[in-house]
Amino acid sequence: MRALKCGTASGGKKCWTTNLLIRGGMLFFVGVFLALVLNLLQVQRNVTLFPPDVISSVFSSGWWVPPSCGFASAMIGVLYPCIDRRLGEPHKFKREWSSVMRCVAVFVGINHASAKVNFANNFQLSLTLAALSIGLWWTFDRSRSGFGLGVSFALLATVATQILVYNGVFQYTNPDFIYIRSWLPCIFFAGVITMGNIGRQLALYEYKFLQEKTHLE
Amino acid sequence: MSNRMTLREQLREKISAAFYRHGLLCASYPVPIILFTSASILTCCYPLLRLPLPGTGPVEFTTGVRDYSVPSHEPQGDLERPDWYHGPPVAYIQQVLVKAAVSPWDSSLVPVDVFRSPLGKVFSLLEEIRNHVHSDGSGVRSLETLCLQVTDLFPGLRRMQSVLPEHGCLLVSPGNYWQNQRDLFDSDSDLLRTIQKHEPKGLHTSATLRDLLFGVPGKYTGVSHYNRKRVVTYTITVVLSRYDAGFLSSLRSRLKQLHPSANCSLRDDHMVHIHFKEEIGIAELIPLVTTYIILFAYIYFSTRKIDMVRSKWGLALAAVVTVLSSLLMSVGLCTLFGLTPTLNGGEIFPYLVVVIGLENVLVLTKSVVSTPVDLEVKLRIAQGLSNESWSIMKNMATELCIILIGYFTLVPAIQLADLNRRLPAEAGLPPSKPGPLRTREAPPPPRPTPHTITLQTPAFRNLRLPKRLRVVYFLARTRLAQRIIMAGTVIWIGILVYTDPAGIRTYLAAQVSEQSPLGDPVGGGLTPHLAVAPVFRGGDPTSTLSIHPAPDPTPLPENQSQGHIAPAVPFPHLPSVPQITWGAEDEEGWRRLSFRHWPSLFSYYNITLAKKYISLLPVIPVTIHLSPQEAIDTRHPQDTRHPPPSIPKASADLQTDLTLYKVAALGLAAGVLLVLLLFCLYRVLCPRNYGRNGVAHGRRRRGDLPCDDYGYSPPVSEISPLLLRGHSMDIECLASDGMLLASCCLAGQIRVWDAQTGDCLTVIPKQGLRRCSSSGCWEQRDVWDTSAESECGCDPRDPSNGCDGMSEDDCYPLRRRSAPTRPPLFTDQPDLTPLIDTNFTSQPPSNVSTPPRGGFDFGGLVERAYKEHEPPSPSAYPSPSSASSSPPLATQLQRSPSLGDTSGLYNQERTSGAGTQSAADWESSVWAMELRGNLIAAGRSSGKLELWDAVEGSLRCSNEDGVSGITALAFLNNRIVAARLNGSLDFFTVDVHKPLGLLQYRGAPGRGSMPPSPCYSSEDMISCQLTRSVQCAHQKPITVLRAAAGRVVTGSQDHTVRVYRLEDSCCLFTLQGHSGGITAIYIDQTMVLASGGQDGAICLWDVLTGSRVSHVYGHRGDVTSLVCTTSCVISSGLDDLICIWDRSTGIKLYSIQQEVGCGASLGVISESLLVTGGQGCVSFWDLNFGDLLQTVYLSQSGDGQGVRQLLVLDNAAIVCDFGSELSLVYVPSVLEKLD
Repeated sequence: MRALKCGTASGGKKCWTTNLLIRGGMLFFVGVFLALVLNLLQVQRNVTLFPPDVISSVFSSGWWVPPSCGFASAMIGVLYPCIDRRLGEPHKFKREWSSVMRCVAVFVGINHASAKVNFANNFQLSLTLAALSIGLWWTFDRSRSGFGLGVSFALLATVATQILVYNGVFQYTNPDFIYIRSWLPCIFFAGVITMGNIGRQLALYEYKFLQEKTHLE
Repeated sequence: MSNRMTLREQLREKISAAFYRHGLLCASYPVPIILFTSASILTCCYPLLRLPLPGTGPVEFTTGVRDYSVPSHEPQGDLERPDWYHGPPVAYIQQVLVKAAVSPWDSSLVPVDVFRSPLGKVFSLLEEIRNHVHSDGSGVRSLETLCLQVTDLFPGLRRMQSVLPEHGCLLVSPGNYWQNQRDLFDSDSDLLRTIQKHEPKGLHTSATLRDLLFGVPGKYTGVSHYNRKRVVTYTITVVLSRYDAGFLSSLRSRLKQLHPSANCSLRDDHMVHIHFKEEIGIAELIPLVTTYIILFAYIYFSTRKIDMVRSKWGLALAAVVTVLSSLLMSVGLCTLFGLTPTLNGGEIFPYLVVVIGLENVLVLTKSVVSTPVDLEVKLRIAQGLSNESWSIMKNMATELCIILIGYFTLVPAIQLADLNRRLPAEAGLPPSKPGPLRTREAPPPPRPTPHTITLQTPAFRNLRLPKRLRVVYFLARTRLAQRIIMAGTVIWIGILVYTDPAGIRTYLAAQVSEQSPLGDPVGGGLTPHLAVAPVFRGGDPTSTLSIHPAPDPTPLPENQSQGHIAPAVPFPHLPSVPQITWGAEDEEGWRRLSFRHWPSLFSYYNITLAKKYISLLPVIPVTIHLSPQEAIDTRHPQDTRHPPPSIPKASADLQTDLTLYKVAALGLAAGVLLVLLLFCLYRVLCPRNYGRNGVAHGRRRRGDLPCDDYGYSPPVSEISPLLLRGHSMDIECLASDGMLLASCCLAGQIRVWDAQTGDCLTVIPKQGLRRCSSSGCWEQRDVWDTSAESECGCDPRDPSNGCDGMSEDDCYPLRRRSAPTRPPLFTDQPDLTPLIDTNFTSQPPSNVSTPPRGGFDFGGLVERAYKEHEPPSPSAYPSPSSASSSPPLATQLQRSPSLGDTSGLYNQERTSGAGTQSAADWESSVWAMELRGNLIAAGRSSGKLELWDAVEGSLRCSNEDGVSGITALAFLNNRIVAARLNGSLDFFTVDVHKPLGLLQYRGAPGRGSMPPSPCYSSEDMISCQLTRSVQCAHQKPITVLRAAAGRVVTGSQDHTVRVYRLEDSCCLFTLQGHSGGITAIYIDQTMVLASGGQDGAICLWDVLTGSRVSHVYGHRGDVTSLVCTTSCVISSGLDDLICIWDRSTGIKLYSIQQEVGCGASLGVISESLLVTGGQGCVSFWDLNFGDLLQTVYLSQSGDGQGVRQLLVLDNAAIVCDFGSELSLVYVPSVLEKLD
């Protein structure tokens, strides 16, 4: 499986970088799309005043949020297969597009639930979200590296958001900041798992493609 | 088929048949049905237009009236208050709810009186309200100062100018119809027409003018001729821009004082604030749509694993559309039934798609896919549907029962929730999407297939499925999710019924944003008067079921309602006194209005309520009782012209019963609609590509391995058929014992082949042909065989280097595929011309006089061949080749004759034969041939039975006891049974006299395997003696003869089958049951006997008792071939159809359309592998599922001669003849797969 390394031949290397770019681009767009949609969900929950215009409501939260989400997702999606390869344990669990799609659907569903279901208190909400996120990981990933990456990214992102909030760059409409802190990592974790799944699946394609290519050569 | 079918089975069969027909219909007319389905879906969804889109439903918030103050503009951190509740509302709405009745009702009154005078009261009330002035310390306030001043109507609403107020207070009441002028009202001759005049045509989609003005939904107003309650209800809606508690309370007290409502217990301490979201929440829909898209992709990727589905996208789309539309339809129908849910729960729709839609689509896809591949698409769809019909119907019946139970619990919340749950589950069930189904080679003519198909689902092929898909199929098969939901619903209803329902009910009511009318018995239903006067038990909760406004059987006298609460009721059962009751539903009567009621009212004045809220103040109840005299006074002269309506003279008891009936009818209607929905819905997915699929199917093309289309890789090793060439004419008889293979062509030449290598071992030629062959036809063959021969290196002219023995193996690899096995030509043969009888007219008379059925009469053909090839120089006597071999080489295969051997041949024959005859009979043709051990038994048209040594090619013995042509032969153990054309049956015994007592085995060392049957060495003296001849075994020629398990079974044209014991030739049974000549018989070691006749019937018999086990009609025309396995019977007929029947039940499992003329050739290699012949090819089928596994093409050239006979050898090889060639096909890969 690992006989093929990225830089075996010069042509292969070039091909590899192009593929990486393509992969990154795709992941970026997926991330942007998901960020827009999910942002809309969160907006629905937290914003008191619904913006009159649809477009403006889609972009209600600063222009830089979707691109940064896209960038993050691209990074995660590329990082996952790389770490898999480094660790030498290629991910073999449910490597199918249907599974990936299901993962995305569940991720959106988690967001949907967090936006629409009214929980009695925040603790309940965060607990439910955490359970759902762990369930997502168990259903679709089940790899130690995935879990580790997910947790670390979730922590990182949470800290980053908190810093942003403290600096006033980004502001939550709901001032309950314990509330924010508790459910945000779960969403981040689920998102990381999802993007990692997509990235792995894309890398699988590249792997196959390169394999065919070397066969041809 | 068994006659004793249980009711259940009958039902099942009927359902199956119905589904089959329906599937056929759908598949045949896809476009109209799709249109129809779309239309019905749209119709069912039409009521949904009145529902708010998901996320756009109004939200409400309740506060107390007493401590009310206008909320500040700043949003407060108070969690109890919704975010939108800040700032003043757009308007305060004060409704004055008027209930008026003429009482006591007089029989002299006409129907119009029910509402004319009550409506007339609106003007005085309006006057009162307008003129009400409240003065306290802060000043004097009138309505003018407080009310919402409106200006112009919205442009485009000019036609409403006459009825809606402009430039002034927004005050709406029914009086607006008459410009609030009493004179206009009094002069209006037809009030109803005036009201109706402003109604929009058709179904109203939002709040209508009537609703706006009356303030209550139209059916509750009581303004109609058929108002049996005789109470008119309407509201006067005052829209205020400012809130003034003093003015409002004084108005309330004033009105109450004027028109007291004694039994009114309406609470007046709560005001409700309603927040309206955006009218069209496209932004809110985006996540929903995204979810759908993701799920769509998910289904696509899931179904990608299902083979044979052409359009996965189509399937995925179908699943999503089906579930979505069924959900919408269910909600729409709920609305039609009076339950008004919002779509706020719509967010769970996409997740239901996963659970239900995919499951159901999988079920049907699986079902359709598992039908035989070679059927036409529509037949496959029909079969797939009918396969699933039983479970569909079963599930639906169960769920209908649950729904009905839910209905009879009379809890509308349950009904609604039930519908919401059941309907999607059900409606999602039936869709099938056969369009994307891939048809591969469709057979040319669609023959109506009987619809009793039961594919064995449990035996679903595990081989091809990846593990994940197996799980999916398991889910699909068991419908796990659906069952869980079902059980959950039952439990839920149970809990709801047996626990305190109040809490759940209110919860549900809140969920559905519709006040459950049955909340009344707990709250408002317990009206004060009911508590005081328990006589009126009849005022039961059903009367408050506002959906069914049933006339209240307990009239309340006027005086009592006015406060004279007396236990002694003067006329309690007088139905003519209208009763005015105030229930909880009146408290918030606006809830019954459309959710667009207020937005549309404001939108007329170009005031948007989007993202704003209004405050609804508690209604002011007004009860007005009018005397009959008043009603008569206000009459319009034309009112009396209306005929009094025929009031149903139903008693009170009957009417309460009627309520129950109504509910039952509602349930029934719901059930019927469900069924309708079911049928509509699975038409959604009728084949969209049907027209494309159905027509352009050619025959199987060469090299086209259909297995690829399944995604199932065929066995890797390509099956390469061995071509056995040598016969100059079409092959008629084939016989094999597993090791050797004997074939006989039309020319009478018998060739013996090694069944494993395909080598030609022996040729037993016929003299006439020999003669012709040396100069004629075989020479011709040389022309096109030259290259192969030169390659082969087998010089046909070299007698010592024939293609025999070890030398043949040398050239074998080269020759194996390309070159035909050429027999050595016997050029140097003695001139035996005198021995040849060239007088062809002296044929045995039996040949000519009694022409047998077609297929046995080769004489003519042979004659023609003779004449065509009649050579000028008759050359050689056909030294039956290797018979002349020298004794030391007797065990070796040597075919090359040597000079001077002829005499030796004859000597040998004379010594070894029975001595009764000296020469083989060459004039008559071989009609039947059997091969056992190394003996070939050949039955000739002359009636002669010959026994040949298969290895050496020598005639071992011959018997000429019979004169009638032998039509069939059976060779079992040491007995030969010959059936003759005249219907007699001869039993021969083959005796072996071993002169040396040696047990010798045939075969060269190279082919060391042992023959399964006893071997007759060339030293043995073989005699063949007729032990018994059953004359007139049948009245007509015997057509089929089979022997196995010590039984001989004959079938004849006299419609009977006879079973004989082999040992003593005793006739055991005569089996009658066919209505035509017997054409095919199958018997095997396990005593399974099956027979097929010209009538197309197939009978299964019990050989031990002679009774008929089952009898089915399967074919149009003759049954040509029959094979049984342990589980099924395979039959083929002249209709070129191969049918597979379940052996135990006699039910047809499926059928395979064969190519024309190849119907008879079929064989079973193993329990689950069927092989059939086609045009120049053989096809392998999976018996369990009817799947085509592989097609093997027999020749390179592709001259598609049909395979007419097919013989399955023991070593999983099959031999088939096509034309003059034989083909030996090994199926090792198939064996591997089966192991």
